Amino acid sequence: MIRQALLSVAALGALLAATAPHGGAVNDAAITETAYPQALSDYGFFADAAAQVPAAGVTLYRLNTPLWSDGAEKLRFLYLPPGTQARAQGEGLLDLPVGAALIKTFAFPVEGKRRLIETRVLLHRASGWVALPYRWNEAQTEARLVLAGARLPVTTPAGQVIDYAIPNKNQCKECHALAGTVTPIGPKARNLSAQWLAQQHAEGRLDAVPAVATRVPVWEQRERAPVALAARGYLEANCAHCHNPEGSASNSGLDLRWEQQDAYRTGILKRPVAAGRGAGTFEFDVVPGDPDHSILPYRMGSTEGGIAMPELGRASIDPAGLAIVKRWIAAMKR
Amino acid sequence: MRMPNKTIATAGALLLAASSTLACAKTIAVAPGDGAQGRLQEALINAQPGDVIELAAGRFALDDGLSLDVDGVTVRGAGMHATVLDFSGQKGAGEGLLVTSDDVTLRDFAVEDAHGDGIKSKGADRVVYRRVRVTWNGGPKETNGAYGIYPVQSTGVLIDGCVVRGASDAGIYVGQSHDITVRHSLATENVAGIEIENSRNALVAANMVTGNTGGILVFDLPGLPVMGGGNTVIEKNLVVANDTPNFAPKGNIVAGVPRGTGVMIMANDGVLVEGNTLEDNPTAQVLVVAYPKVFEDKRYNPYPRNVTIGVNAISGGGDDPQLPGGDQLKAAFGGALPPVLWDGLGKPGEALKVAAGTPGLSLNLPAQGASAETAKPGPFMASVPVKLVDRKSVGAPAALEARAR
Repeated sequence: MIRQALLSVAALGALLAATAPHGGAVNDAAITETAYPQALSDYGFFADAAAQVPAAGVTLYRLNTPLWSDGAEKLRFLYLPPGTQARAQGEGLLDLPVGAALIKTFAFPVEGKRRLIETRVLLHRASGWVALPYRWNEAQTEARLVLAGARLPVTTPAGQVIDYAIPNKNQCKECHALAGTVTPIGPKARNLSAQWLAQQHAEGRLDAVPAVATRVPVWEQRERAPVALAARGYLEANCAHCHNPEGSASNSGLDLRWEQQDAYRTGILKRPVAAGRGAGTFEFDVVPGDPDHSILPYRMGSTEGGIAMPELGRASIDPAGLAIVKRWIAAMKR
Repeated sequence: MRMPNKTIATAGALLLAASSTLACAKTIAVAPGDGAQGRLQEALINAQPGDVIELAAGRFALDDGLSLDVDGVTVRGAGMHATVLDFSGQKGAGEGLLVTSDDVTLRDFAVEDAHGDGIKSKGADRVVYRRVRVTWNGGPKETNGAYGIYPVQSTGVLIDGCVVRGASDAGIYVGQSHDITVRHSLATENVAGIEIENSRNALVAANMVTGNTGGILVFDLPGLPVMGGGNTVIEKNLVVANDTPNFAPKGNIVAGVPRGTGVMIMANDGVLVEGNTLEDNPTAQVLVVAYPKVFEDKRYNPYPRNVTIGVNAISGGGDDPQLPGGDQLKAAFGGALPPVLWDGLGKPGEALKVAAGTPGLSLNLPAQGASAETAKPGPFMASVPVKLVDRKSVGAPAALEARAR
């Protein structure tokens, strides 16, 4: 934890130091042209890629509650082409113009230093969004396209050695698909800080500051939030990209989006459809008051293919996420 | 799907069909051996519509799920015993192969020991599975994957000449789909051999279904995006000795399928069971029931409607029923239950018609959701004709046939 905090401080320092764009401008053609750029450096997203210092026009952001990925540190960036701005769409996803890109770097600490593993990019082209994964080299000087994904050993911050999976291009889409087309997931107004949104607006990068009725709690401050909001925020960030009526898991009928108000749709006393052995010996996704007989925490608590949920993006169990979901279920009236 | 989309999709299919005959379509050969995972996945990603990915003979040792998201691609092996995609070392993903694009043809290869489902095609319209084998080599085990061949939320599904074995749910499972043909396939040692769920216009014909817990299941379940299953024909199948003890994980709907069920219909509107050979299924050759559990979905009708059990070649069976009080019942009926077993739920004259000369036993349950203990079993006659299935609208589109040759 302390190490992580130190890393974050170091990152902030590096960011503050990068007041002037000394790495050149972003290559807009790499974002919008149809070929798959082979190297991350082709885009010019970073003034100093190894230190993850962004180039001009590239903005760091964070999500209130993020997707958990084996405890990886994630650095998220938004690029908007010069003269464009994002448009607010209520509490939902920011509408980003063609030419925009979302960049997410995954890193793990190794001997107290941040080691970059992969950077995933989402490119908004005239034909739609394209998702591509890039793997960092040993020397940490470049990340190269791995269309077919990759596996490599990684030691998580919890000290567990895992077989870390960089997703292939299709797997990117499995999570990023809405009604069969690729879409961003993260930057929804409800899961972004009010300050960040206000700052983007003040700088002319966002057309309006969207009003948000109930914001997804900040994960590090979840103990101060009502347990139901903290848990639903976690499910929104970790499950709802597939478990929504237009997502990859639409056929399950389970809808874990933040805005879903129907208890049955969120799994409460809902029977599984095609869970196979993922159901274990249990009958319902969520049994109020009884997390130990609920399928949802059972699948979150497994690492076995065919049982583990999410299916992609983790090789270990998130103890904090599992704990909050169990507490939420335990607190429900039987 | 809305109509304009469908029109566009059809136009797209026509274009694809035209372009696939042009020289631009290419064949991409992939062989087993070192790096097979990456090479095969890369080929699946880089394929263009009309391309054929040709899998050489041999065993592909795969450590991850594979996926295909390009329309109009054919994945072809050297035969269902020659080309094997071996997922026994799989580390991630919910299935062996996932298809999410339209007009895909999968043929002449095998998928073995996938950790989740074998092959899943989701929202993949006009998919053809031809001579594909999906098996779990350890035989029936609870730890096997759920579904062997698993098309879901698709319009136009043709499954022809396939083999499935060992699925801990259904060997061939078609869910939330329309316009389906499952034929000439072998399903053995699965919990359900072939299952059609929340789907319409399905033709299940001339399959060999034996050694499963239940042979052929036609279910309609509540709480799903697509409901209102029916207009389905089950004909000319050999449904023989489905007597494997149920090995489904407890939470699954098929965990409630009694061992020894030949054909089982739950809810649905319009099912015809005719011209099958039903032999030695020890609980019931044909079981017709309402959805038995509590549900909240107001759109859902839990009762069977317009089910016709026509003339089938029936022999044996009913002699070891896995039902509460089954032994007493069996004794009362002289050692074996009659071939058609009905829970008695649904409107008289609408639920069910059984051909003359095929005896039936009704449990006469008092209400939907009632327990088996409340049954008052007795013989029944259901001779009033019900609405017939519209045969013309049943089955996969004829345009898919060319890809199954």
